[in-house]
Amino acid sequence: MLKKLKTMKKTTRSSMITYAIVIVAFIVMQALTYTGNLSSLLQGLLVPLCTYVILAVSLNLVVGILGELSLGHAGFMCVGAFSSAFFSKCMRDVITVAPLRFFLALLIGIAVAAVFGIIIGIPVLRLKGDYLAIVTLAFGEIIKNLVNVLFIGVDSNGFHFSTKDVMGLNMEADGTVIVNGPQGITGTPKDSTFLIGTILVLITLFIVINLTNSRDGRAIMAIRDNRIAAESIGINVTKYKLMAFTISAALAGAAGVLYAHNLSTLSANTNNFGYNMSISILVFVVLGGIGSIRGSMIAAVILTLLPELLRGFADYRMLIYAIVLILMMLFNWAPKAIEWREKYLSFGKRKKEAVK
Amino acid sequence: MAALLDVKNLGISFGGLRAVNGFDISIEKEELYGLIGPNGAGKTTVFNLLTGVYKPDSGKILLDGQDITGKKTIDISKAGIARTFQNIRLFKQLSALDNVKAGLHNKHHYSTMAGILRLPSYRRVEKEMDEQAMELLKVFDLEQEAHLTAANLPYGKQRRLEIARALATEPKLLLLDEPAAGMNPNETGELMDMIQFVRENFHMTILLIEHDMKLVSGICERLTVLNFGEVLAHGKTSDVLNDPQVITAYLGE
Repeated sequence: MLKKLKTMKKTTRSSMITYAIVIVAFIVMQALTYTGNLSSLLQGLLVPLCTYVILAVSLNLVVGILGELSLGHAGFMCVGAFSSAFFSKCMRDVITVAPLRFFLALLIGIAVAAVFGIIIGIPVLRLKGDYLAIVTLAFGEIIKNLVNVLFIGVDSNGFHFSTKDVMGLNMEADGTVIVNGPQGITGTPKDSTFLIGTILVLITLFIVINLTNSRDGRAIMAIRDNRIAAESIGINVTKYKLMAFTISAALAGAAGVLYAHNLSTLSANTNNFGYNMSISILVFVVLGGIGSIRGSMIAAVILTLLPELLRGFADYRMLIYAIVLILMMLFNWAPKAIEWREKYLSFGKRKKEAVK
Repeated sequence: MAALLDVKNLGISFGGLRAVNGFDISIEKEELYGLIGPNGAGKTTVFNLLTGVYKPDSGKILLDGQDITGKKTIDISKAGIARTFQNIRLFKQLSALDNVKAGLHNKHHYSTMAGILRLPSYRRVEKEMDEQAMELLKVFDLEQEAHLTAANLPYGKQRRLEIARALATEPKLLLLDEPAAGMNPNETGELMDMIQFVRENFHMTILLIEHDMKLVSGICERLTVLNFGEVLAHGKTSDVLNDPQVITAYLGE
């Protein structure tokens, strides 16, 4: 087994290590849960952890592989979350098998997020750098705010829509409100589990890693490194930019589905679907090393767990969090630290090669 | 026989500046043609017009009888023109091998799904691409560097890698923009041999911009001299280089 690992191509070996980390982490967490060694606080964090890992890995496709700064990632997550929660709530009594219902909700969340990715991607991908970042930030906020004024109800006559209030739905007496504006959707079935989350993380990693190491991934990275040269050898820049952006949006949608089915009440606010979230995801990607898939995964886990684990320090919590941010930045980017890592930690070097 | 590249009356203005005006050129198959001229004469602009980076506002470009005037860069690449750049434009973070494989992009296909799911077509096509790219790297004596990141290659090798990448698109016409810029006489000599080799082995038609007169007089059969965006002279290399007008343009009165 180990011998086989050595003869594999470097990129294959690196991705195998990444998958192994996820699987080992899953087994350890399950073991701790069953032996009662995991606090209920941490148990509650397991699904959100998976959500953040998926978000970080998918954003890395745009920021690291395509090389464009997107600050609207939470918007796609929002779209995936609400469309799937809407479906699940409607189908709650029709489809009673939870995994099947979740699977269908997942497909819907991914599809809707991908459609939004294409619709938003076509105009905004004409921009570059700071301009693209600002416009994606704006689109993310627009999505969040649109969801906040959306009212949908159902009665014997079918669906009713309004952008004003519940009264505006004009429903019959037997009607129920499904999406209640700023209060969002309540009563989504809690179908997300840590197992499903882990599987989704593995699928996300599989898609992003394999895409990166394929013909299409090479074209995307070629555009990142030099757009003019990529065009000169006949690579369709618009097509591949849109492809990376859409796949990234679709995966963020999947993260949204996972997120929505872990909560009984889903409402859009600044902290879960607004720019705070988009910036947090970007922090995971930057601290984990732009372009390093495994790095963004690890950064997402550490930075999500840290505030919770530091609750005991009360007032000093955010101070320690900030210091850890700075230390991680140094560890990942300072030339001396990179030198030290390559000398003493072989995985650091392999990780770098996997990026290339 | 019709020329491979036939350009008539090509022109473009940037604001009030007529950067290229009434540019004509006719290059036969498998010819090695030089485009020279003082700095700012519009040589690179001609390349950018030929490859669709700029749209000409007058004139016609025929490649092998096909009208490619005003077409997009990717369509011109598919029609068969490949180029290198004056300031090297490699895919810096990719390996030398991947740079060439990127050049093979339109010659080998498998679907996105096949790539993600690692279907047999992915393995087969990637293997073909690897083999073909390695062959090209061998031609340019770069096989040792195949897995090195392009940005870490020495300057001369980066220039050669750029030519290899351009050839990977299997062009009919290869445009080289100052291939010897920044090279020492030794490297220039090697480059000359390499260009000759490419021309003979790939039956390639080559149009090159160059300042190095040793290289130009050594390998180019015919020359066009550009000055202030207009053709000053064209014809056999030795005739053009002895033309008093050309000497004046280069050295001043």
